[in-house]
Amino acid sequence: MDERRLDGNATAGVLAEIFTFEMTTARTACVHCGATGEVGAQMAYVSEIGTVVRCASCNNALIRVARQDDGGRYWLDLRGVKYLQLEEHL
Amino acid sequence: MGRGFFSRGFRGRRRESEGDDRIPPGQYLVDGFPVLSAGPTPRTPLAEWTFTLDGEVDEPRTWSWEEFRALPSEEVTRDIHCVTKWSKLGTTWEGVSVDTLLDGVDTAAEYVVGFCDGGYTTNLPLEDVTDGKAWIAHTYEGEPLPPEHGGPARLLVPHLYFWKSAKWVRGLRLAAADEPGFWESLGYHNYGDPWREQRYWGD
Ligand SMILES: [Zn+2]
Repeated sequence: MDERRLDGNATAGVLAEIFTFEMTTARTACVHCGATGEVGAQMAYVSEIGTVVRCASCNNALIRVARQDDGGRYWLDLRGVKYLQLEEHL
Repeated sequence: MGRGFFSRGFRGRRRESEGDDRIPPGQYLVDGFPVLSAGPTPRTPLAEWTFTLDGEVDEPRTWSWEEFRALPSEEVTRDIHCVTKWSKLGTTWEGVSVDTLLDGVDTAAEYVVGFCDGGYTTNLPLEDVTDGKAWIAHTYEGEPLPPEHGGPARLLVPHLYFWKSAKWVRGLRLAAADEPGFWESLGYHNYGDPWREQRYWGD
């Protein structure tokens, strides 16, 4: 166990800055191990340098987000997911 | 102090009270030692720990923990600068100079990738880890480097932003071509000189 590990819901804020869909309930499939699940059920590491969502099964980095500290620019890496399944909440 | 201990480079200590000229642009001083994590803290048992030098070398080299700790260590006191804007002055480390690890290695490589437990990587020009500019640090302020700060060993490259000083380092890969590492591939500057405030791509 790691004391700095959060659950995926901790990434709701930064993901909401990028996506219009609710991301904590988006489903992911891990490129590395194939495990599927909601983003909110994965592991999250959040610091000022960036946000990393890691697979709860194999620790692969699923989603990485960095944000320039003076604002305006984000970098998003989705190489760790096969897909994201997004639900419209009507 | 371990076997083969010798020291050089005590610059810093006596100037500690006049730190302004030691703080790069945009940075502020901290007394503590913040921990930034992009993944779980690995806890590789020392009996399983190795350090490897591979890539563009004739013969890859691997050291066990015992072999690594039998190499000469140096004590260095340096200021460190994190891209998240904190700086910490006069931190004292002991580690094995990368020059010692590369001694006798013949390579045409111009770049190096530090690779780590947990999959973290960082890329540097080879010339930024040679000639007394980088260490594999195993001791911090006289104590074994704690896991949250990268123990049992981390890369220490104090003249660049501290994400280059990769925690939990397990080896260096010499490479002919530059390959951006974990943060360098996500918007952070490929080189990361704090004095030129090279935080992000394009800085
Ligand atoms: Zn996985």
